[in-house]
Parts: sequence; C-alpha cells; structure tokens
Amino acid sequence: MSPEEKNGGPSHTIAVLVENKFGVLAKVASLFSARGYNIDSLSVGVTQDPTVSRITLVTRGDERVLEQIRKQLSKLIDTIKVMDMVKEETVQREMMLVKVSAPRRERAEILQIVEVFRARIVDLSAETLTIEITGDDGKIAAFLELLAPFGVKEIARTGKAALSRGPRTLKSVKS
Amino acid sequence: MEMTGAQIAIEELKAGGVEIAFGIPGGAIMPFYDDLLKANFKHILTRHEQGAAHMADGYARVSGKVAVVVATSGPGATNLITGLLTAQMDSVPLIAVTGQVATPMIGTDAFQEADIYGCSIPVTKYNWLVKDARQIQGVIREAIRVATTGRPGPVLVDIPKDIQTARTDYNPQAPAKGALPAVRQMPEADAKAIEKLMEALEQAERPVILAGAGIIKAGAAAELARFARHAKIPVINTLLGMGGFPGTDPLFLGMPGMHGTAYANFALCECDLLISLGARFDDRVTGKVSSFCPKAVIAHVDIDDAEIGKRVKTHIPVLGNVREVLHTLNRQVKPTERRAWLDQVEAWKRDYPLQYGWDGSIKPQYVIEQIQEITGGEGIYATGVGQHQMWAAQFLRFNEPRAFISSGGLGTMGYGLPASIGAKFGRPDKEVWLIDGDGSFAMTLVELATASMYNVPIRVAILNNAFLGMVRQWQELFFGKRYSHSHYPTNPDFAKIAEGYGVKGFSVRDVDQVRSVLEQAAEHDGPVVMDFHVNPEENVWPMVPAGAGNDEMQLAPPSPEDA
Repeated sequence: MSPEEKNGGPSHTIAVLVENKFGVLAKVASLFSARGYNIDSLSVGVTQDPTVSRITLVTRGDERVLEQIRKQLSKLIDTIKVMDMVKEETVQREMMLVKVSAPRRERAEILQIVEVFRARIVDLSAETLTIEITGDDGKIAAFLELLAPFGVKEIARTGKAALSRGPRTLKSVKS
Repeated sequence: MEMTGAQIAIEELKAGGVEIAFGIPGGAIMPFYDDLLKANFKHILTRHEQGAAHMADGYARVSGKVAVVVATSGPGATNLITGLLTAQMDSVPLIAVTGQVATPMIGTDAFQEADIYGCSIPVTKYNWLVKDARQIQGVIREAIRVATTGRPGPVLVDIPKDIQTARTDYNPQAPAKGALPAVRQMPEADAKAIEKLMEALEQAERPVILAGAGIIKAGAAAELARFARHAKIPVINTLLGMGGFPGTDPLFLGMPGMHGTAYANFALCECDLLISLGARFDDRVTGKVSSFCPKAVIAHVDIDDAEIGKRVKTHIPVLGNVREVLHTLNRQVKPTERRAWLDQVEAWKRDYPLQYGWDGSIKPQYVIEQIQEITGGEGIYATGVGQHQMWAAQFLRFNEPRAFISSGGLGTMGYGLPASIGAKFGRPDKEVWLIDGDGSFAMTLVELATASMYNVPIRVAILNNAFLGMVRQWQELFFGKRYSHSHYPTNPDFAKIAEGYGVKGFSVRDVDQVRSVLEQAAEHDGPVVMDFHVNPEENVWPMVPAGAGNDEMQLAPPSPEDA
C-alpha cells in the first residue's frame, strides 16, 4: 500500500496520555514517520498530574490503518492510555491566530465576520488585523474561507484539543 | 555507600543477572571500562561494535539470557545500529551501554559526539539518555526489565562521561521506583478467545499450526509438541521458529513461504483452520496476502497486540503468552484421528520432497546434509543471510529450541560469524556450527580475530559460490540473467585469511573431501574455517516469486536442462 493510500480516508482524532518526560514526543513522531502515517495536527500539554502529558493528534486512514496506529501507540513504552476521540462523543476545539489585510475601507466588513464567529481582535496595525478564533474544524475552515478575499497574510494554529462529553475521562492509571 | 555512576551501572547489571559484556572501549566510555576491570566483569573484546552487538544477540538467542554491548560515543555507538535493529526485528533482548560526551559538551558537535539517543529510537524497544548519576540505578533496572519482559527487544542506555565518573549514594537494596507504564504485567489470555479457538478446532477438518519464534521465546516447545501430537495437527515452523517443534516429527512440515517446502505451502493453501502461534505473518511467509490461506479461518495467538491484524485479517485473535494459551488448550483438547488430512499431507511430503541435482560439483545442500549427519542435529547452527541461509533452514533438522540462529526480519548479512561466537559463549556445552555464504562472511570476518583471541571453537562452513547468490538467483530468474555487480571473481582465499588470524583453515574443491574435512573440523580444538567451493549456479527451490501468492510457487527450475 502506498503512503497516499495509507493516509487517505477520513480524519481521526486520537488522545494519548504519556509520561511527561524527555524524548517522549520524539518517540511518538518517530513511530509516525517510521510507519508512514501522517500527522495532520498535534498538540501536547501537561495534564492535572504533572508527570503525565496529553497528546492530541489528528491523523487519516481507513479502519485498519487506524487500528494499527492505536495499537502501535499503545505499544510505546511511555504510553499510559490511548483513546479514539469520536467526533459525536467529544468536544473538540482548536485555536487559530490569523493576520488579515485590513485597509480602512474593509475593516467594517471584517469586524462583522469576527462578530458573527465570536472571534476576537487581538492586535491591529494600519494595514492588518490579527484575529483569535476558537472552534472545531468546520468553524475554523468556514472562517478562513470568509477571510480569504481580504488576503490572509499569516496563520498560526494550535492543533486540536479534545475531551469526552459527559463525565467520562481518559484516566491515567499509573502503577 | 558512595559509588561512581559507572560502578552503579555495573552493580545493577550484575544484580539483574547479566554475566557477560561484548564491546570495544573508546574515549567517552573509558571510566565505565575502568570500573568493569575493577569489578572483574566478564568482557569480550571485539574488533567492531556491530560484531559485539551480534555476539550479544547470538548469546541471547541460544541461552535465553541477556548480555551487555558496550561502545564508545559517536562512531562506536552508531556502529551498533545494524546490530540493534537486527535484534529489534527478531525480538531479541540485549542491553547496549554507550558512552556519551560530557553533559556540558552535548549539543556542541563535540569530538565523537553522536545523538545516539535520537538515532536509536527506531531501532530499540526503548532507550535512555542518563543526565544524572542518581538515575542510573533505576534506569539499568528498567533497561533489564524492558529488554526481557513481554515481547523482548534491545534497549540502549547512553551515559555521558561525567555521569560515569560522578559519585553518588548507592543502596543496592533500594526498592524499585514506579515502573514504566508499558512494563505492565501481560494480561492473562482471554478465556473467551481460547474457547473460540477450541470451537474452531473441533469443527476443522484440515487444521495447520504455524509456529514462530514466540514458541521459543515463551519456552512453549513442550506444550506445542503435546498439543500438535494430541490433536494431530501438522506444524509449519517459520524461519525463526525452527527448533520450536522437533524437525524429525512426522507432523513437521518445515518452513513456509518464499523458499518454504512445497508441502508446507500446499498445506497453507488447503487448510481450513490456521493456528498461528507467536508468528507475525512476515511478507516472506505470506506471499501475496490476498491469496494467503484462502480457505482458512485464521487464529492468531500473540503477545504483541500490534501484530494481530497487522498484515493478515484475523478471525480469532488471542492476545497472550503462547505458553499459557497452549497450556489451557492442552487441558481441553480431545484426541483426534484426522486420517484423511494427514494422509493428504503425507502424500505431499512423499511426492514433493526437497531435492537437488547431483553433477559431481560440491552442492551446497550436500554440505549441509553432511553437517546434519555428523552432528545428528545436536549442535547449534548459525547462518548469514542469503541462499545458504535458506538451504540451512530447508536441510537441517533441529531437535530442540534455541538451536538455530539467523537474522530473519532484518536479513543482516554478516550476522553469522559474530552471532556464532556469541552463541558459543551462551552455550559452551554445545558444538556451534556456522553455515555462511562468502558474501555474508566477508562482511564481518574481522571477528575471526575475536574467535582466535578467546579460542572459541566454532566450525565455520563457507558455501562459497563467489556470488551474492540470492541476488544472482533473482537476476537469473527475473532480470534476464544480467548479473549486475553480484559477482566476486577475485574472492580472497578464506582458508589463508583464517590462517592469518591464527584460525585453522581448509579449502575444499573436491566433493569427495567434504565429509572428511567436516569430520576433521568437528574434532579440532579451536575455531575452524572451511571454504567450500560450491556450484556457483545452484538456486534455492522451491520459490514463490516476490509479490506472488504461495499458490504460485515454482517447484524447480523453469526448464529441466538447467537443473
């Protein structure tokens, strides 16, 4: 199977609890490159337990590839737990900063879009606006599409964060 | 008490049951070597770090014990990579300890600095860079545990020079701190899955067992023999599974796949239940996956969940230790007759045996058969990689586990000589034979110096065809006989090279001398190299062409006059 075929298919969000220590991220990245899996986005941060980090990654593949990704992630020595973050059962958010061309005559229109999307202006200059927006994939994509005609100069995205809906948690069971 | 980091590492290795190290000193590992000497730790000085890694690998494969490989920073450490990946692919435990430049120098492109931590991530089961001498105790303990538990594998511990010399408090009795998450206890085999497997077996008319290296690593050979004989199931051994089932048993079908026996491949194609025990469906075994075991329900017992469903769709996945699973199965299995199926398998064995032609030249298969006769299958047999490796797997008959060592997954040419030296250290009570090719042998022959220095009595049989034989075979069959750079017309005189190293050498060109040279070698008190000038045109048969299904196996050369 070519890497393209391997990485076709729908995108999936996977949450991984790992030991919070030197080299773990390199090991996760090495696993993905060695086995030809793509990472669409990746975010890492420490959890309420400072010895544990949470990695949220977005990848693509059919069910077989996804099962391998889950199993290979679980096999990593530093992995505590792996969980599929199914869209309907989770809250998923990403934050994006976007710098858009905003000459005076177009500002009002941009501000209107910002308002509708409940985004925020966080910086402005004579020619540009920098906007902060939080949302799921769909919202961020729609927002970018609407800004495109004004000229998007630069974007920075955090990668996705995801939690299960309801009381369910991805508990770290450390021995 | 206060000790240096290096001393603590050595003490913990000893406490963990590690008895031997293979390696070469150099600048950044000198403090460790100084403490090795003071601790009177057994160490074998090699000529190349790759050789040291293969020695530790061979030692582990035959003894089930774990050895240490020691290398200095930079090139010493990077020379280990092939050996580490060889062990990783074949699930062999070993512990590499590498020197690193002193911590203040890390990241400055210092002399002999290599990011061996980064380099070794994809070739080890786990690795560490130790930045504080107080961590060494815990790291070495974890290293031994990670290497030897679950699915075994190589680990690497990188210790900067200043950490080796740093003094810190050491309490040998200190309790182990929180273990790494993945060094958990393996879950007990799923009873429901075993029940499903039993049901499938009761319904099956044509079951076959595919037994891999997992049988050997789990110490499950006795349980396997009981199970197969009781339920009357023919057993196929993968290359690395050889010895996991007695080669002399009537139920034994040899090796499957690309150069497997015809009857093993027929059995795979016709079976209605395949029970895979600690095998990972390597592409050389399955051939084209879509035509692998087309009529069978596939049950897969494995200790590594990631292997289940990786290449072949599994109907009955059983996660667990294969010895425990077999133990449970043996308590439930009922004796069966299965006459029709066993008659069919017998007929295949009778009608499609392994064979080779006879033309007065030295046939490589003949040399292997003679080694088998002389040793009675009681030795340990190592190989390099290529044609000779396939012939060894086809024509040797192993009576017990840990008798055959070969680089299966990575296919590392040059593995044989150092691995056989390591094997002799692991099992000094056994005769160790190396069946090698001239191409493989030349890659690591410098370790003859090690065999000579420690007088390691290995018997090296080079099946010398002056070709990279497997490459030549593929060129003959699939590249229009264009022998692009696979020929070594000026091979050295390997017997003379051996003599140069102080090793007994024989050069054999006459088929009538084969037997007597092997007998002399078997009696020799020290290492021996026998350079057999074999028929250079001999090919390995049967063969499943790369990418084809096992049902497309070719039994013999395309036209009879080539035979």
